[in-house]
Amino acid sequence: MHIPDGFLNVATLATTYAVSAGGIGYAVKEANKKLKEKHVPLMGVMAAFIFAAQMLNFPIVGGTSGHLIGAAMAAILLGPWASVLIMSCVLIAQCLIFQDGGLLALGANIFNMGIVASFSGYFLYRLSTSVFGDNKKGRLIGGFIGAWASVLLASIVCAIELAVSGASPWTVTLPAMAGIHALIGIGEGLITGVALSVVLVTRADLWQLQKI
Amino acid sequence: MKWWHFALTICLLVSVISPLASSSPDGLEKVAENHGFLGLAQSAPFEVIADYVFPGIENEAAATILAGLLGTLLIFGAVYGIGWLVKSRRSENARQ
Repeated sequence: MHIPDGFLNVATLATTYAVSAGGIGYAVKEANKKLKEKHVPLMGVMAAFIFAAQMLNFPIVGGTSGHLIGAAMAAILLGPWASVLIMSCVLIAQCLIFQDGGLLALGANIFNMGIVASFSGYFLYRLSTSVFGDNKKGRLIGGFIGAWASVLLASIVCAIELAVSGASPWTVTLPAMAGIHALIGIGEGLITGVALSVVLVTRADLWQLQKI
Repeated sequence: MKWWHFALTICLLVSVISPLASSSPDGLEKVAENHGFLGLAQSAPFEVIADYVFPGIENEAAATILAGLLGTLLIFGAVYGIGWLVKSRRSENARQ
């Protein structure tokens, strides 16, 4: 869902840059208060995994592919602000080094896949664990729901940005983006579920880390 | 061997299988293609390792694997370093 340059208008680019810059600033402040030495390797590994997994596009229907975003997984394990930091680093590197996502659209990409995906994934996970219980089953169900919803919501926000910019009317982009990403989200949910169960089996104590 | 050495190894293995990725357009690209605004896309003003293909290597799978390994290590190092820099020093200050 990396937006290239040319799709968004100046007002949308400027707004999303401002919101993302503010979000990263606040994330650094929160991390500075709560991040402990124990969090540091997990943050590094999480970012490395998200980068590597994002290269692995999986096919869905009709000659379309999708890939992991990873924000929900990072937010569930480390908290939404830590996830904003991780996603921002991944997206900045993808933009500057790998020319994935436009330079001007970087703010929008950080907003969609960093901020929107992290917070929607996190809150739906929390909601799910309060419904299904904060045990192994509840965490995995919550992980799947949070991951699926994070992709869907990020795609809806992306569609709104495209419509506001005049790239395509919202009656077209909204159902098209939401429809295709409701399917890609299933992949996100499955990958997140597998990754979270590996953590639960091998390092369940990581779940006890303070969320940022 | 610390747990994260093992985890980082898994990340590197994931980037080694990156040539297996589907080359179909992703969700946004497909929507842009179907609804006629893909042409608006502008390419980047500069290229470093564009499209995850390391430049100057003939074998595309090898070029993709190299780009993936480099990127994975770089991201790990960058986020580890940033995490170290922004982490709370409160406990250390309390001890002083």
